[in-house]
Amino acid sequence: MDTLIQYRQVLIDGTIVTVSLAVLSLILSIVFGLCGAFAQLSESVTFRRLGLLYTMFVRGVPELVLMMLIFFGGQLLINDMGRVTGLWGYVDVNQFFAGVLTLGFIFGAYMAETFRGAILAIPVGQIEAAKSVGMSPRQVFANVTWPQMVRYALPSFTNNWLVLVKATALVSVIGLHDLVWNAFSAGRSNHKLFTFMIAVLAIYLVITALSDLALRWVERKYNVGTRKA
Amino acid sequence: MAALDTNLDANLSLQVRDLHKSYGSHEVLKGVSLEAREGDVISMLGSSGSGKSTFLRCVNLLETPNAGTITVHGEEIKMSMNKHGAFRPTDPRQVERIRARLAMVFQSFNLWSHMTILENVIAGPVHVLKQPKAEAIEKAKAVLERVGMFERRDYYPSHISGGQQQRAAIARALAMEPEVMLFDEPTSALDPELVGEVLKVIRSLAEEGRTMVVVTHEMGFARDVSNKVIFLHQGLIEEQGNPAEMFTNPQTQRFQEFLANARD
Repeated sequence: MDTLIQYRQVLIDGTIVTVSLAVLSLILSIVFGLCGAFAQLSESVTFRRLGLLYTMFVRGVPELVLMMLIFFGGQLLINDMGRVTGLWGYVDVNQFFAGVLTLGFIFGAYMAETFRGAILAIPVGQIEAAKSVGMSPRQVFANVTWPQMVRYALPSFTNNWLVLVKATALVSVIGLHDLVWNAFSAGRSNHKLFTFMIAVLAIYLVITALSDLALRWVERKYNVGTRKA
Repeated sequence: MAALDTNLDANLSLQVRDLHKSYGSHEVLKGVSLEAREGDVISMLGSSGSGKSTFLRCVNLLETPNAGTITVHGEEIKMSMNKHGAFRPTDPRQVERIRARLAMVFQSFNLWSHMTILENVIAGPVHVLKQPKAEAIEKAKAVLERVGMFERRDYYPSHISGGQQQRAAIARALAMEPEVMLFDEPTSALDPELVGEVLKVIRSLAEEGRTMVVVTHEMGFARDVSNKVIFLHQGLIEEQGNPAEMFTNPQTQRFQEFLANARD
């Protein structure tokens, strides 16, 4: 315990990195997810195929592999492009940025499926009613699709978020000083790896428990008008 | 310009000409026309599959017709062939504007389930007609009073009966102050004992001179309330005219059969 208190700053710093990584990735994944869902539901065959390709590819590949591919492969690609075109010199890809991009991209595919299902669950008649009073597509989305979609999407969204929080641990592989990386280094140097891993476990549990509470609150807010089960 | 180069009567609230609609190779509407003057109450009858609901849904472009013109108070909805050879409205803004003037009441009510009755009624006026919220609420209370739903204004749709939901949906349509009201089988999804309260409201709207097109199976309503009846059969108008004459002396064999079956 004394060791943990002594190293509390390292753990706090790591937690901050983990939480901000998770939150930013979540926001990006919502953007990717909405694009993916609307692409798959679009009238255009090209968009539908692109949307399908995105979710099929991402969901079929291990997160760790994609992360290394984007981080190391992306760095090589950017530097090769810079060398060939002569437009920029050596670029060092920021681990935090790469982590957000990768996690956002991966979880965007899961979100796309969540959102697609949620949009399909909205009774078509309610969308038609919105059109029939003269609402523009944007107004239909804001007033009818979004509020109902959130309700249908929340259970699966919560699930995605919890998996995303845990998946942030993977970024320690590319060297980002997140909670896992910091705790691991501290634990190894003190030969108290077990203590530190228990601390990490507890911190993850606190994060997920808090987000569970927050999402339950959102769920109550969006469940108005439905019969209580 | 579209309104000028056709010899349209601007006094017509709604004019539909030669509407065609196919799903794949199946032609549901084979050229149906309709004219509604101000104050007209037109009932559209026909057995299921005759195309009457499709016709109504084409009028406010919830379905895109394959050919034909739709004109609301002299303004024709601009449509043209796109590059795939499909007939499409060319100006989405115009379609939205015209839909706001043609209020639709659906068979399955289609109230927005996440909004209270009052919120359902003010959504269109606030977001589409850009009325200030306070003003929209005042008007909404008046139309809810009108359909007998004022007391239930803070209920959610899932907490009230089908008849009440449909009356609320009529209030939502009325709040748009539409030029023409379109009713798509407004009582077909209701339990028999709830049909009366909804018909009473529609009847009272007809009596105050609202222009409406009603797709219905209610013979009594068609005969007593409307001033014009259109009978559709297999995507064509088989017979139309004044209800008193049509019901006492049907001209076509199909309409005779339809009436005979309806009376059973």
